[in-house]
Amino acid sequence: MSHRHDRTISVEALARVEGEGAMHVEVADGRVEQVQLRIYEPPRFFEAMLRGRSYLEPPDITARICGICPVAYQLSAINALESVCGVGTPDGVPLPDGIRQLRRLLYCAEWIESHVLHIFLLHAPDFLGYQGAIEMAADHRELVETALRLRKAGNQLLEVVGGRAIHPINIRLGGFYRAPTRAELEAMVPELEWAREAAMEATRLVAGFDFPELEQTHTFAALRPELDRLPPGATGYPLEGGRLVTTTGLDVPIEAWPEHFHEEHVAHSTALHGRMKGGGTYLVGPAARFNLNADRLPEAIATLAEEVGCAQAVTNPFRSIVVRAIETAYAFDEALRLIAAYERPERPAVPVEPAAGTGHGATEAPRGILYHRYTLDDAGVITDAVIVPPTSQNQPAIEEDLLDFVQAHLDLDDDALQWQCEQAIRNYDPCISCSTHFLDLTVHRR
Amino acid sequence: MTDGIGRPTVAVWKFASCDGCQLSLLSAEDELLAIAGEIEIAYFLEATREVKDGPYDLSLVEGSITTAEDAERIRHVRDISTTLITIGACATAGGIQALRNFGDVEDFRSLVYARPEYIDTLADSTAIAEHVPVDLELRGCPIETGQLVEVINAILAGRKPVTPTHSVCVECKLRGNLCVAVAHGTPCLGPVTQAGCNARCPSVDRGCYGCFGPAESPNTASLAGWMEERFALEHPDLVRLFRTFNADAPAFRRESRRHEPEEVTT
Repeated sequence: MSHRHDRTISVEALARVEGEGAMHVEVADGRVEQVQLRIYEPPRFFEAMLRGRSYLEPPDITARICGICPVAYQLSAINALESVCGVGTPDGVPLPDGIRQLRRLLYCAEWIESHVLHIFLLHAPDFLGYQGAIEMAADHRELVETALRLRKAGNQLLEVVGGRAIHPINIRLGGFYRAPTRAELEAMVPELEWAREAAMEATRLVAGFDFPELEQTHTFAALRPELDRLPPGATGYPLEGGRLVTTTGLDVPIEAWPEHFHEEHVAHSTALHGRMKGGGTYLVGPAARFNLNADRLPEAIATLAEEVGCAQAVTNPFRSIVVRAIETAYAFDEALRLIAAYERPERPAVPVEPAAGTGHGATEAPRGILYHRYTLDDAGVITDAVIVPPTSQNQPAIEEDLLDFVQAHLDLDDDALQWQCEQAIRNYDPCISCSTHFLDLTVHRR
Repeated sequence: MTDGIGRPTVAVWKFASCDGCQLSLLSAEDELLAIAGEIEIAYFLEATREVKDGPYDLSLVEGSITTAEDAERIRHVRDISTTLITIGACATAGGIQALRNFGDVEDFRSLVYARPEYIDTLADSTAIAEHVPVDLELRGCPIETGQLVEVINAILAGRKPVTPTHSVCVECKLRGNLCVAVAHGTPCLGPVTQAGCNARCPSVDRGCYGCFGPAESPNTASLAGWMEERFALEHPDLVRLFRTFNADAPAFRRESRRHEPEEVTT
C-alpha cells in the first residue's frame, strides 16, 4: 500500500446489517473525494406489486418488505388506508381505546425486538472488539444471555398481541382479528418488569462504551404525537403516529409530506435517496426522535437519559446506540403502562368500508420515519402506492457523515479504517432489505 | 468442512428476501447459544463479519433469484455446500416478489424507479430449486423457528427431519379450533396449505392465507369452487387469495391463473 494519501477502500459485503450493501471510498492527495454506500439488495418492486390489490391487503404484503420491522410497515399502511376510508379520523368512525392501546403495545414489542437485536447482537461487538455476538458470547456470556432474554420478552409480546413474532398475522384494517384478554397480557407483566430494570442497567453499560468523535450538523426529522389523540395509559414519545416535525421548525400533519420531502434515484443504489425539498439532507431514527421528543419521556426514563449523558441533544452518531438503549427501556415501561390501562374492546375491529381517495400514513419504525401513501378507487382497489423507508431517507446523510469520518481517520490502515467505517454505518442501523428501492467497503486511495 | 474440533460448518446465504427467515435463527433465544456450541458458524453476514472459507457442510439459503448475478452466485453456493436447505417462501417458491411473474417486469421497473436503466433485474423471481438441486425445502413466510431447530438437530444427529406435509386443517383439529370457513363463512386456504405454523390464523378467527404454500396433493379447484359458491367470491378475489407469498408455487399458480380474465391470460 502506498500511502495514506491516495487510496481506495472497499467493503464488498457489509456484515451485521439487515440486507445487502457495500461501501466505496475514494481518497486523492490525502483528501476524501467521495463516499458511496452501494445498495445492491435486489429490487423487489413492492409499489408496483400493490397496484390492483385490495385495500385490505397492504398490511400483510408490505410486512414482507422487512422481517425486522414488519409492524412498522403494517401500521404505516393501516394509518394511510384508514385515513382514506374515514376510520380513526377526527370526523370519521372512532377507533375504540383498546384497539389503539393494542396497536401501540404491538409497536413497543417491535422496538424491543429490533433495538435489542441491533444494540447487543449487531453493534455492541464493534465497541467491544469482536467479529460478532457469537464470538462475543465466549467472553461476555452474561451480557449475551441478558440480551437474548430481553429480545425474547419482546418476541413473546409480539406473539401474544400480533399472533406471530415475524410478520404478525393478527392485525388488520380497523383493529385486530382477536383482541387478547387482560389476563393474557397480565401474564407478561412479571417478565416485562424484570426487563424494564434489565434494560435500564444495560443502558448504563452501553453508555460506558468508547465513542469516537464525530459531530453532525444535519436536520433531524421525527414524528411527534398530539397528546389528546393518545390512547389511555400512553405517554407521548412517538411510535405509531403523530405530526411531522424537524429541528428546523417544520410542524405539519403527515398529509403535508410530499410538499416537504422527495426521493432521488442515483446510479450506485437500488434504494432511492431522500432529500428535503429545497435541498439538504436530513436524518431520521433514534437520535432524531430523542432530540425532538425528549420532553415526552416519563420521569424515570428521562432521569436515566440524564444519568447516561443524554441531557442535551445527541449529535454524535456513535452515541445513537445509547439512545436505542434508552428507547428500549422506554418501550418496556410504556408496554407496562398500556397493559395496566388496557380495556379489552367489545369487538376486535371496527368495519372499514372502501372509499376513493388518497391517504398518507407514517409511524416511527425502529430506524426512523416510515411513510406510506395509497390511492384507492371507489371499489377499494389500489391504483397507486408510495413507500418511503427510513434507510433511503438517511442514506445521503450517512454518506456525508462517513466522508467527514474517513477524512479524520486517514491515518488508520485499511483494515482498521474499514472496520471503523462499518461501525459508523451500523450507527444508523441501516435496514437494507427495507431499502426496497447496502455494504462492501471500497476505499480507493490514489 | 468440519472445523478443527469436528463441528459441522454452516453458512447462511441471502438472496431477494426480507431477512425474516435468517432472523428466525437469531430468534431461537433459548437454543441459539447451544446451537452455536454444536456448529461452526462459518458464514452468516447478518450475525458476524468473520468469514471462513468454504466448502461448508450445510448451507441455509434465504431468498429468491431475481438477478443474473444471483443466478450465478447460487451455483457457486451449491458447488461449495454438501447439504443445501432452502428456508422460506422466497427460496422455495419465489416469494411475494414473484407477483412480477404474472405481469411485465418492465412496467414494474419504470413504475418504481425514475431511472430504470440503473436497475438490473430478471423478468421472473424464481425458487432456488429452479437453478440448483436442493436437499430440503423449509416452508413458511416466515419459517417457524421450531422447524429450523428441528432440521439443525436432525442434521447433527444424522437423521431425517420431521416436517409435516399434511394440511393446516389437521392442525386446527389438533388444536380444537372451530372451523372459520364452515362456522364463520371466512375464506380459508387451510385445506390446501401445508401445516407447520400450528394453524396460527384460524386460531385468531382469521382464514389461513397460505404462508406455507401448497400441501401434498392439494385440491385447490374444489376449494375455490366451494368458496365461490358458498361465500359469493368473485374471480378477482380468488386470484388475490391464491396469489400472495407462494404465488408461483405450481398448485397455487395454476389455480390463480384459472380465475384470471381471459384477455389477460397469456
